[in-house]
This record gives sequence, structure tokens and C-alpha cells, in this order.
Amino acid sequence: MSTMLDEKSRNRELINTVLEAYPEKAAKKRAKHLGVYESDKAECGVKSNVKSLPGVMTIRGCAYAGSKGVVWGPIKDMVHISHGPVGCGQYSWGTRRNYASGTTGVDNFVVMQITSDFQEKDIVFGGDKKLVKVVDEINQLFPLARGISIQSECPIGLIGDDIEAVAKLKSKEFGKTIVPVRCEGFRGVSQSLGHHLANDMIRDWVLDKAEPVFESTPYDVAIIGDYNIGGDAWSSRILLEEIGLRVVAQWSGDGTLAEMEKTPLAKLNLLHCYRSMNYISRYMEEKHGIPWVEYNFFGPSKVAASLREIAAHFDETIQQKAEQVIAKYQTMVDGVIAKYKPRLEGKKVMLYVGGLRPRHVIGAYEDLGMEVVGAGYEFGHDDDYQRTAEVVKDGTLIYDDATGFELEAFAEKIRPDLVGSGVKEKYIFQKMGIPFRQMHSWDYSGPYHGYDGFAIFARDMDMAINSPVWNMTKAPWKK
Amino acid sequence: MSELRQIAFYGKGGIGKSTTSQNTLAALAEMGQKILIVGCDPKADSTRLILHAKAQDTVLSLAAEAGSVEDLELEEVLKTGYRDIRCVESGGPEPGVGCAGRGVITSINFLEENGAYEGVDYVSYDVLGDVVCGGFAMPIRENKAQEIYIVMSGEMMAMYAANNISKGILKYANAGGVRLGGLICNERQTDKEYELADALAKKLGTTLIHFIPRDNVVQHAELRRMTVLEYDPESKQAQEYRTLAQKIHANKGKGVIPTPITMDELEELLLEFGIMQKEDLSTVGKSKAIA
Repeated sequence: MSTMLDEKSRNRELINTVLEAYPEKAAKKRAKHLGVYESDKAECGVKSNVKSLPGVMTIRGCAYAGSKGVVWGPIKDMVHISHGPVGCGQYSWGTRRNYASGTTGVDNFVVMQITSDFQEKDIVFGGDKKLVKVVDEINQLFPLARGISIQSECPIGLIGDDIEAVAKLKSKEFGKTIVPVRCEGFRGVSQSLGHHLANDMIRDWVLDKAEPVFESTPYDVAIIGDYNIGGDAWSSRILLEEIGLRVVAQWSGDGTLAEMEKTPLAKLNLLHCYRSMNYISRYMEEKHGIPWVEYNFFGPSKVAASLREIAAHFDETIQQKAEQVIAKYQTMVDGVIAKYKPRLEGKKVMLYVGGLRPRHVIGAYEDLGMEVVGAGYEFGHDDDYQRTAEVVKDGTLIYDDATGFELEAFAEKIRPDLVGSGVKEKYIFQKMGIPFRQMHSWDYSGPYHGYDGFAIFARDMDMAINSPVWNMTKAPWKK
Repeated sequence: MSELRQIAFYGKGGIGKSTTSQNTLAALAEMGQKILIVGCDPKADSTRLILHAKAQDTVLSLAAEAGSVEDLELEEVLKTGYRDIRCVESGGPEPGVGCAGRGVITSINFLEENGAYEGVDYVSYDVLGDVVCGGFAMPIRENKAQEIYIVMSGEMMAMYAANNISKGILKYANAGGVRLGGLICNERQTDKEYELADALAKKLGTTLIHFIPRDNVVQHAELRRMTVLEYDPESKQAQEYRTLAQKIHANKGKGVIPTPITMDELEELLLEFGIMQKEDLSTVGKSKAIA
């Protein structure tokens, strides 16, 4: 108990220390985003989803990143146009490890970077004519592409191009789905608005537009909000199939346009990333009467609990199969835990990821005997922090839209055994001598979902924390 | 050759900016000044009276044809008209698309980089209606126009626009060197027009540099796509423009940082001259039938 009090007061002191570095006004604003979790509270006590402060190094992305990068980009049989100047598409090209099967250029266009490459004259005279040309060329070059999405970069919104008119015109001409998305980067406070806009455009331009030729079964489910990072959706899908369900769609990792179109015929929507796809799940619930259930496939405890909860929406056959599947993998899980828990037990982790993982991976760490001592979201909302309150322990340091300075200051004082965050953070912490794993991209590894993913997750965390390289780092003054 | 003078004409749409500026510049040319007119209106009609034709080859249309503005030669866009006045039209998109403001920026940068300002005494920018965005403020930014002349009349909206343009000038006056050269009243024969224009000029901290009386000869000249100076050099109206040209020429370095007024102050001004009735608040927002 006394250590807990110590930790809490240390964290509060830490927050005060970082706030002291800011100008008064900034400190007042940032204070609302930093907190220490009190176990008797139903939320984390931090403000979220508001504009980042100018002058700080925020880690957030933009609406275009949320729409093109996260939601639309992984739909593999559509071509996604980065509409505007070349940079947005070029510098985000291939940066997300959303795997997709298929043949590039035939039924898979995920690895391509297609841009309208705006020039000065397109800004001055408007870019709609060029967009028409780009769409024509895509249709000619990739006749098998099932559709096209138009992902607006900032200038599109500034000059007021009518991308909807182009989409309608060309959609009619080619008989293909063409979706205009107004995800200009200057809109909203983070990539979160891009997710929302992308969801809304699926609602308006995809769902209920085509009559899906589809024979449904009572066991049809859709995976929503799994982007197949390093194959996550695949290692999730096999478990769902093993318990007797039929996965009719993956949103959007390794997903297709046809899968999205037939999702309104599913019996249950399984929502993994709540933040980025709760909007479309709620819509399908209202419009098509499909219930949705949040689940968590990180670590065996959560996998088992999630399989049981999903199975509870179906009949006893499915429920029995779920138990069989859980039992079947138990031996493997025991093996993984027996191997890695002794090496990882008691290790402390600080997480700073997007909108889901700071809470969702906690169970996986705990299965390995590790402890999450700090958690925060880049673009979480209140409902994310409410969900977080259910899984973090008393005294956890909470930081919303953390600045580079805050993260460094926290890590320096807390000296966790592992930091899990993104590529921009990685080298800073490694240079501080703190083991690090990228928790957006799985650091070129994965999958981390499901039982198979847990084995890889455990190995990766062990590799990072117990790498012999850390024995070689010595502070110069200690030599 | 004297130091380059850069001036610009702003004012409410349809007030007669292009007509006034071309006639005045023609008079300056008569005084032996070498002049370059830069039309900054997508309609590209700022040099029509000098060239006797609407300029077809605008900077932006040729740049779009060639691929980019870098592929353009100055000679392709620079036309010479009455008294060797050089004319360039920025051009721009058709109404409702693209970004005309960006077009102005692109054009002016092109002209500067390609030496269009070499060998002239005056560069005059003719800018559309109002300072609606950063692009149309380009001519009043640093190292561009030194003095702005606002063409206005005794009509309320023209005065409102003049005040608004003054706000734009004020914004850039502290950062750059732009100044308000004065108001030019283009007579519309409204009540107490001279007095009102003069009063507004004083409120803005500047002067009514010239009051141009209304004269049909302007219309006659325009129909022939000519300035009055060329069409009827002996007319009284031509003399008015010569007077204005001399005043502008003598006004070098005498521009001021304007003191724009609030909407309330502007309305008070109208009250003062009896254009608006005092205690008229009861009629605000009422249609003729109701009132």
C-alpha cells in the first residue's frame, strides 16, 4: 500500500514538474490532459479530443491519415487516390503494415501510391479536370479494380473542388463504386476525424448501393476495425472460424469492396478498434439491426474472454466450440507463458499509442506478468478513456495527446523496462537506454492478435527487454 | 530613369477602377512616364482600353497550356498598347472553380522573376473588387505597391468597400511599406457626394485626391475600347484625368497609414450628411409594405 501511495504521489509530482516547464496558459491547458488514475473512478480524469497546443511536439496525425491511411487504404481491390499535391501520398506510402493477399495490379492495389500530383495550375484553375483524367487512367490501367476512393488533401477543401460531382459522373460511366472523401488534413484535431469521415462515406457511398449476391447463414460475422497489421486479422479470423462462425467481411485489413457491401447481411459485427469504426457499427445497428460487440484478441486471457462473449451471441454449438478452442490452445499458451513469464515478470511498461491499443494490450502484458504503469492516446475520446479506466490499475499515469517533452520527462523519471509507442518515439527512448517496441506497426513483426499472435508478442517483448545490447550501454560518466 | 513607382487601384466591383486607372495611366504616359499595367482580375479586362482588345494571352492561361509558369517567356504575355504602355493580365480560372487568389500570387512572382519591372517608371496593379483573400492582397504586401488608390463613390457600399480595403492596407502597412495614397471619387451623382467622399477620406486619415465628374465621353471612348485620352484628348474629361495623373505623380512618398473606421462610425457619417435619417432604427429590416 505504501508503495502504491509513493507511486501515486510520484506521478502527481511528475505531472507538476512537466507543467512547470510550460508557459502559464499552456500549463493550464495541458494540466487537463494529464492525470493519475484513481481506482474508484469510472473514468481516467483527463480531457481528450481537443486541439493540440501550438509549439509542442504532438505525435498526432491528420484527417487524411485517418481516412486514407487507416480506414480506406487497406481495402485491397480499390485504388485509393491521394488527391492533391504529391507529398501526402508519397511520404505515407507503405508506412502501415496492413497486409493483403492477392496479386498486385489485379485484385490488390494496397502497395500502390496513386496521386493526382497537383501542380500550381491545378490549384489556380481547379483540379476536377485532372481528377477526371486520373480516374480515367486508373480505369484503363487497372480494369479489374473494383472501385476508387478519392482521398482529399488540404488544397481540395481550400479551392472548393467538386469531387462529388466527378465521383458521380465517373461512377455512372464505369459502373463502379467511386467514393469522394473530404478528409482534408486541416479538418478536426487529429486523425480521428478522418476515421469518422471515412466511416460516413462508406455509409453514404457503399452500403445499400449494390444488391449483394449472397447466401447468408446464421453464423455470419464481420470483423470490424482490424487492419491486419502484420497479419492480425488472419490470426483472428482462424479462431472465429474454429468456433464455427463464418467471417464474411474484414474491415478493412485485407478487405474488399464486396465484403463491405455484404456486411449489412451479417448477424453480428465484431468490433476490435472501437475508436476508428464504432461509427459504422452503430449505423449498421440502427439501419440494419446488426448488433455489435467489442472484443479484444491481445493475450490469452482477453482472447478467451472475447471468444466466450462472442459465442454467447450464438447457440450452444458455438459456445461449446469456443470452450474447445480455448482448451485446445491452452497447452500452447502455457508453453509460451512458461518460457517468457520468468524473463518478463514484474517488468514495467509505458504505452503511448493511437486510439485502442493503450488499453487493449494491457491484458497481454499482464498474462506475461508485466505491469502497465503509464498509458495514453494520441487521439482517444472520452469513451476510450472510460474503457481504459476498466483495465488500468490504481495509480497509473495517464497522458492524453502527450507531447514529446512530456513522454521523455515521464520515461526519464519512471524508467520503465519497456516503452511501447510509434516510430517517431522509438529512437529517443532507445537512446535513453530504454527498450522499445513499436505498437502501431509491431516493429516489422506480428501478428499480435489471437493465440498465434500472443506467442510472437511474447517473443518480441522478451527480445526488446532482455536483449544483450542493453548490457553494453553504459553512461559515459560510469565508465 | 527615376526609381520604380508601384501603385495599385482597389475599389468596389463595378465602381470604375479599370476605366479610371487606364485613363489616368494614359495621362501619365502622356507625361513621358514608362508604364506597366498588371491586371489582377480573372476577367482580364484591366488593359482593354490600352490594348483596344481584351487580352487573350493571360499569364495563367498560357502557363496552364504550357504546363507550368516556368515554361513561360515574358514576351508571350507582355503586350504593348497606347503610348507604349506595357500590359500584362494575370487571368485566372472561370468563375466558381479553383483559386484566383493563388493565380495572382503566381503571376506577380513570375513577372518579378522574369524582369517585367525593368525599364519602367510605374507599375500599376488593377485588383478586383475587395481584398477577399491573401492572394488579392499580394499587391499590397511588402515590396509591391507603395501607394494604394481607392476608387469609390458616394454610395454606401462603395464607401464600405473603401473602408474595408483600408483595413487590408493597415494590416500590411506595419509589416511592409504600403500606404494609402488617397481616395478617387468617381462621381455617381449621389446626394452631397463630394462632401461625403471628402469626409470619409478625412476619417481614413487620407485625402480625396481627386473628384472625377461624370461625363458621357467616357462611355463613348469605352465603346471604342479606348481611353478618353486617346479618343478625345481635347475633352474636358481628358483634362480631369491629366489632373489626377499629375496629382498622383506628385504624391510620391506621401501615402499614409489609414485609420479605418467601424461600421457604426460609417453609418454616423451617412447620418451627418443626411443620407440616412436619424432615429431610423424602426425601419431596419422592414419591407416597404410593412413600413
